[in-house]
Amino acid sequence: MTEQQTHGRNVSREYLEDRAKFIRLETVRLTKIAGAGHYSSTFSAAELLAALYYAQMRINPAEPDWPERDRFVLSKGHIAIGLYPVLADLGFYDAGLLEDYTRLGSAFGDHPDMKKITGVDFSSGSLGHGLSVALGMALSARMQGNDSRIYCMLGDGELNEGQVWEAAMSAGHFGCQNLVAIVDRNRLCIDGSTEEIMSVEPLTDRFASFGWNVQRIDGHDLDAIMTAFDALPAGNKGKPQMIIADTVKGRGVQMMEMSLNWHVGNLVGADYDAVIEEIQRGLQPVAFTEVRP
Amino acid sequence: MSEAEGDVLSGLFTGISDLKESRSVKGTPASRLPAFILGEELADLADHDPRIVVLTADLASANRTTEFRDRHPERFFDFGIAEKNMITAAAGMASCGQIPFTATFAAFCGILGAEQIRTDCAYTGLPVRVLGHHSGMSMGFYGTSHHALEDLAMMRTIANLTVICTTDANHLRAVLRASLKHDKPMYIRLGRGRDPEVYAEVPEIEIGKAIRLREGRDLTLITTGAQVHACLEAADALAEKGIETRVVDMHTIKPLDQAEVRAAAAETGAILTVEEHNIIGGLGSAVAEVLVECERLPFQRHGIDDEFVLIGPPAGLYAHYRLDAPGVRDVALELLEKR
Repeated sequence: MTEQQTHGRNVSREYLEDRAKFIRLETVRLTKIAGAGHYSSTFSAAELLAALYYAQMRINPAEPDWPERDRFVLSKGHIAIGLYPVLADLGFYDAGLLEDYTRLGSAFGDHPDMKKITGVDFSSGSLGHGLSVALGMALSARMQGNDSRIYCMLGDGELNEGQVWEAAMSAGHFGCQNLVAIVDRNRLCIDGSTEEIMSVEPLTDRFASFGWNVQRIDGHDLDAIMTAFDALPAGNKGKPQMIIADTVKGRGVQMMEMSLNWHVGNLVGADYDAVIEEIQRGLQPVAFTEVRP
Repeated sequence: MSEAEGDVLSGLFTGISDLKESRSVKGTPASRLPAFILGEELADLADHDPRIVVLTADLASANRTTEFRDRHPERFFDFGIAEKNMITAAAGMASCGQIPFTATFAAFCGILGAEQIRTDCAYTGLPVRVLGHHSGMSMGFYGTSHHALEDLAMMRTIANLTVICTTDANHLRAVLRASLKHDKPMYIRLGRGRDPEVYAEVPEIEIGKAIRLREGRDLTLITTGAQVHACLEAADALAEKGIETRVVDMHTIKPLDQAEVRAAAAETGAILTVEEHNIIGGLGSAVAEVLVECERLPFQRHGIDDEFVLIGPPAGLYAHYRLDAPGVRDVALELLEKR
């Protein structure tokens, strides 16, 4: 067994902070190649992605199709730009492939394609589907006597989609304890705050009432994230596991924090350089906690 | 019991065992009707293939996947009235090496679940088998909400998806068996389940190859699904008037057996397509596309040639697929040069 073939790896908090920084820096760099990209919803999930891939998930990049690996369904597929560099960094493919990000014929677009990209467990992009995919995977793992976990990351605006609640209901009904959903609760959708546009709260009560075990954490606090992962029960029959991660959309770049302007954007000129420099300084205290234009 | 009294919906809700005992359709005993063999055939196949799982959406008693449930309970999932979730979850299972069969009314998979079939099954190329039963207008007085007269058109435009209509119970068995050796996602359309027998035994079928059931030199009826039986009867009636009619069971709507269409055009000179579906987009349209493109009339369809396109900047895509002005000009010139 290699180190990566067990749930959880011993990596330092500093290492995970550095990998979250790497995710933000790569997002900025790749967006420049494309000319547009999803900055702020990737930034809100940077710590979550880093903790999942560098510390928590049982994966082996040398054997990407390993049947007993943990699987990850990126239901909020629009932050693939933050996942691609991680998969390259872990050795699923050559990082040089990202130099042609979004160019004609590239495997790497704004949303991930499992048929073209090694290490992507399922294609996504149309919001509302991922939890159903992960549910099917969790049922399969159980049928196959496989102790792997299935992780699924959803956006909070995505919870408006009805199919999410079909999946939530059936995951509770089928008792898929090997299913771990993470909601990136960054509080903004495209047109405004989630509570203004189509309110999703009270999330803990809603998922609990559908039969889920719910933890609610600070999604930028790596210690809290790892503690929540450590609390996940073993076994595939019981309650599906929900982690509501309270985050800040655009976290790590002040001008993007809680701003509706940066869901999709393109940094140019001095702004680009300033943002790179700001990310490299590491997370500073949150500048904005309320939605702003 | 009169034919009118027997004209009830198969296997729905109650009285299934009564139906099985008492009702035959046009000489076909109830036990040899599709409604009564689906669950049994899937369970038989699952005896020998551990990959098979069956999913339904609160319709196990209507489609009789109850028989599968009873024999393979660990591989049966009733998703309740949540078809989109069922189809997408099936795709998740297929990504883990399983062969899922989902079964519900055609209206609630081929129409309601069209995006899930397209995005989660076809785009991913996963071997999900979507069974759409009670297709067409076979739900009768249950009304338009329960009819599926558009599903073939919708399914046919989805790249990577195989689309098949089943003719009777034996043909359904043949399709289910063939599906285990087919690596693409499939939409499999069934009638109401009380479709009279056309094939006395389980036929040898090849996906994408039509079955010529009757020879004729004056006319060809190209048909599919439950209409095959009616077309054979119609051909008999036409023969009484001296018209010799070829009948083709075009069970695979996609990929279409183009050679069989061209042969019908060349050898019989007249073609009538017959389908329980809107004439837009279904079997008739598919046949028309072949006919127009193989005749001498300058005609060509330009667009996306049945594929999931490359990704890239939009302007690059329009140029690549020749959907910008220079591209359209060039395609037009190429067409005229063929004249």
